[in-house]
Amino acid sequence: MSDAAANATLTSQEYISHHLTNLTVGEGFWTWNLDTLGWSVFLGLVFLTIFRSVAKKATAGVPGKLQCAVELIVGFVDDSVKGTFHGKNALIAPLALTIFVWVLLMNAMDWVPVDLLPWVISLVSGIDMAHIYMKPVPTTDPNMTFALAGGVFFLIIFYSIKVKGFGGFMKELYGQPFGHWSLYPINFILEIVTLLARPLALSLRLFGNLYAGELIFLLIATLGLYQLPVHFIWAAFHLLVIPLQAFIFMMLTIVYLSLAHEDH
Amino acid sequence: MNINATIIGELIAFVVFVFFCMKFVWPPIMAAIETRQATIADGLAASDRAAKDLELAQAKATEQLKEAKAQAASIVDAAKKREAQIVEEAAGKAEAEKAKILAAGHAEIETERNQAKEELRQQVAVLAIAGAEKILERSIDAAAHSDILDKLVAEL
Repeated sequence: MSDAAANATLTSQEYISHHLTNLTVGEGFWTWNLDTLGWSVFLGLVFLTIFRSVAKKATAGVPGKLQCAVELIVGFVDDSVKGTFHGKNALIAPLALTIFVWVLLMNAMDWVPVDLLPWVISLVSGIDMAHIYMKPVPTTDPNMTFALAGGVFFLIIFYSIKVKGFGGFMKELYGQPFGHWSLYPINFILEIVTLLARPLALSLRLFGNLYAGELIFLLIATLGLYQLPVHFIWAAFHLLVIPLQAFIFMMLTIVYLSLAHEDH
Repeated sequence: MNINATIIGELIAFVVFVFFCMKFVWPPIMAAIETRQATIADGLAASDRAAKDLELAQAKATEQLKEAKAQAASIVDAAKKREAQIVEEAAGKAEAEKAKILAAGHAEIETERNQAKEELRQQVAVLAIAGAEKILERSIDAAAHSDILDKLVAEL
């Protein structure tokens, strides 16, 4: 963990903005954030590999320790889903599990010291750290959080129309909260805002929390030697932030989808 | 923070991960959990049932013991009654036998006495005749009493 003060060619501001720049290929819209994509897919595969290995050997008898741990998480997610969502839908629970564990793992990348990965890459490749861009926390990339929220938003629309029919869904958009026909346009505007606010709030909450957390880690990294105790305190605080944000994302997904299933 | 093609990649990754989780991860784990829950519930129910059965069996055993005791007491009672009855019957029979034997003895004594009496009477008659003959031998005179003899001859 080299600190910025040691690197005379960088100011604090340059150091921080350097660390907040993604590793990219492509131009304009067709830019791919390789670090976000790589780490998120890697962490997703870690999640699925572990859970799949347990699922393959899952026994109804005395479970092993790994199976116990996995069942703990699955049971926790299942309880959360059953407590909120009362319909019958085979997708909701696996969706909630995927979101919870995946987001949790991606958030947990926040604990990796900010200069560790660039330093290792620099050691291996011989490239100077100033030219290495690596943002290892996928959830600090709005592309990641918007993709998750976008998937959830699509499911909200899909199940709203599937359960209530297109007419029912539309009626829900213009028919409330005011009952009189002259107020339908106002209703429509209000409801559209409500509807769009859901994925936006979902993604921006996760992004904002993790981005801010990462930013503070970077600021702490510019403190020189004093960063060690402060870094420890901030990392300990993330014991709360990281699972909490994953849980909130999962819980709100369940709530939104359960609202989409409610027929008035 | 700018939105770019990454969002498309992440969306695809998200869909694939959720699909995989739904098809290959969630069902087997959930099945294992639910099967185990059912097994545990069954086990608890079975142990409950066994405890209840044991209680029932104990109650039944106590009941049977009580019944057996009552039965034994009634059998002893009946036996005592029967004993008394048998003794009574035997006493009655013995009494009757005694009466019969006594009666028979009396009857025998009576007949023997009657026989003796008869014999005595006969012997007395013989004695009387013999005495009368002795008396008559001395006083009978053929001549004096020839008229009686004659009368007898005439009557014959």
